[in-house]
Amino acid sequence: MTVQLTDNRRVIYRRPDALQDKSTHYCPGCGHGIVHRLVAELFDEMKLTGRTIGVGSVGCSVFAYEYFKTDFVESPHGRAPAVATGVRRVQPDKFVFTYQGDGDLAAIGTAEIVHAAARGENITAIFVNNGIYGMTGGQMAPTTLLGQKTTSSPLGRDPVLAGYPVPITEMLALVPGTAYAARGSVATPQLVGRAKSLLKRAFELQEAKAGFTIVEILSNCPVGWGMTAPASMEHVEKDVIGTYPLGVLVDRAKAGPESK
Amino acid sequence: MSAMATTQLAPKRVLMKGNEAMAEAAIQAGCDAYFGYPITPQAEILELMARRMPEEGRVFIQAESELGAINMALGAAATGARVLVSSSSPGISLMAEGMSYMAGSEVPMVLINVMRGGPGLGSIGPSQSDYFQAVKGHGHGDYKVPVLAPASIAEAVALMADAFELAERYRTPVIVLADGTLGQAMEPVSPAYRDPARLQTDWNLTSTNGEREPRVVRSLHLRPEELQEHNTHLQAKFAQIAEREVRFATERIEDADIVIVAYGTAARIARTAMERGRSKGLRIGIFRPITLWPFPTAELVAATEGKRGILTVELSSGQMVEDVRLAIEGRLPVHFLGRQGGVLPSPNEVLEACRKMVAP
Ligand SMILES: Cc1ncc(C[n+]2csc(CCOP(=O)(O)OP(=O)(O)O)c2C)c(N)n1
Repeated sequence: MTVQLTDNRRVIYRRPDALQDKSTHYCPGCGHGIVHRLVAELFDEMKLTGRTIGVGSVGCSVFAYEYFKTDFVESPHGRAPAVATGVRRVQPDKFVFTYQGDGDLAAIGTAEIVHAAARGENITAIFVNNGIYGMTGGQMAPTTLLGQKTTSSPLGRDPVLAGYPVPITEMLALVPGTAYAARGSVATPQLVGRAKSLLKRAFELQEAKAGFTIVEILSNCPVGWGMTAPASMEHVEKDVIGTYPLGVLVDRAKAGPESK
Repeated sequence: MSAMATTQLAPKRVLMKGNEAMAEAAIQAGCDAYFGYPITPQAEILELMARRMPEEGRVFIQAESELGAINMALGAAATGARVLVSSSSPGISLMAEGMSYMAGSEVPMVLINVMRGGPGLGSIGPSQSDYFQAVKGHGHGDYKVPVLAPASIAEAVALMADAFELAERYRTPVIVLADGTLGQAMEPVSPAYRDPARLQTDWNLTSTNGEREPRVVRSLHLRPEELQEHNTHLQAKFAQIAEREVRFATERIEDADIVIVAYGTAARIARTAMERGRSKGLRIGIFRPITLWPFPTAELVAATEGKRGILTVELSSGQMVEDVRLAIEGRLPVHFLGRQGGVLPSPNEVLEACRKMVAP
């Protein structure tokens, strides 16, 4: 919806052009909407929309193609990095991103993400970590915190039975094909701004064909976690960040060849 | 045209290994991208592509697994590129998920399966034990894909171009089903390469360039009515393929008493048996399905009318024979001869089975 302003009022907030004028299917308070917005703002600012082919995943964001004004291809659960590889290799001048949850990227799709990074594919993985399998009803994910109760870890995640949270982005940062790996969050307004700058750097490096880029965004799942939306964001800030520290994990383009 | 030009244009007769011939035929058919993972007995396809695709300025990736390969294919093919993937039986099992997605989202792609013995890791010997997998469904959901079964290396070369053409015309994955013998054997061929014309498309992902509405390639239709409608559309397409694209070959069928039904390498063995039988007065003919789906049902019925019986020969425990029996509906006795695990029946064994059928 375009708002026409006749007097000297100034537009300070509006729907990015890269997003369709639709209300989303996301639960109230879910972080996916914020991440969509950040991505779309960058598409506008970097004029990427017309050159972008999005690669969806299976999870709560499966309908992302309904919201972005870009071409989009669906992937089987976990396979988005392979699908994106195929897209990008035959369309080398496009901007290609995957949008994946933590079950999708860090469990069933581990092989695909590791090898897309290893090959240094010029794609950006937007990795939304809510520590849970949201879409299937809140089961334990590889990223679930120790002690966290989910529908499949009803007594809390016990490392003896279910292992430890997987720091997949740190793991990916080790791979030389990864040009950039960073972790941000949308838990507070300040962090939202910071997350956008991380995404921007990743997008710029893809444009520079620097290699594989990934930005993990710590997000929430108020419904799956059984919390109100504000409480869930507070939980991310107070507890989740402790297990998954924020920051740039690797920026090989910045490091420069001499520091290798 | 001068005589000189004619000689230059005539395809040279060369000795080619089946796997390499299929790979080169795909390149000559304009294949834009190839994705694969090593597995015997088809590794030569991957190896030839590794060398030739970059030479041609095209895309080659050795994927991290067959899951990786088939999904790279999905992504590349979703942009409208002409894409080939190859593997052998265990790898095809891993590709089943991707095949289902491609069938559902109507993405054209050609997949070569150079079959080996199963189940499980099985053997690396030639086999036809993936007929069910290819014809009755690899992945989940209500779908079929055309399955082309060459019986010689020259035919395999010709079918590669046809496979891309079918895939693009019907927006569907297509399987070229070969067996280890066809993949590994060498035969003299005059390769009849063909690069099928590209169709105008309005579905593939090329990015909007700000000039059109976004396109989505997907198989997800969450509303039951919408998914039913999509399935109805797919079924109508499958019916059209079944009506138009049946292929088969017959040999000496007119005066035959016994008809051998066989495809691929089994049909080659059957042919030797037929020749030996004929020289001894046993009138054998051959019906060879080239499309395993769509199966030449009506054609088989017509070709076998009034015959004494049918012998189905397969390098399996009996898979295609089920479709033969479904076609024949008890009109004739349908016998079966099969060998498994990489063992080939000898022509004499086939001949013996034919002889028993006419013994008083
Ligand atoms: C092969 C396969 N296995 C399982 C599923 C079921 N499934 C759908 S979404 C999902 C989990 C998604 O969780 P995540 O990636 O964390 O994303 P979220 O829903 O939390 O955003 C699963 C297991 C599937 N669709 N396909």
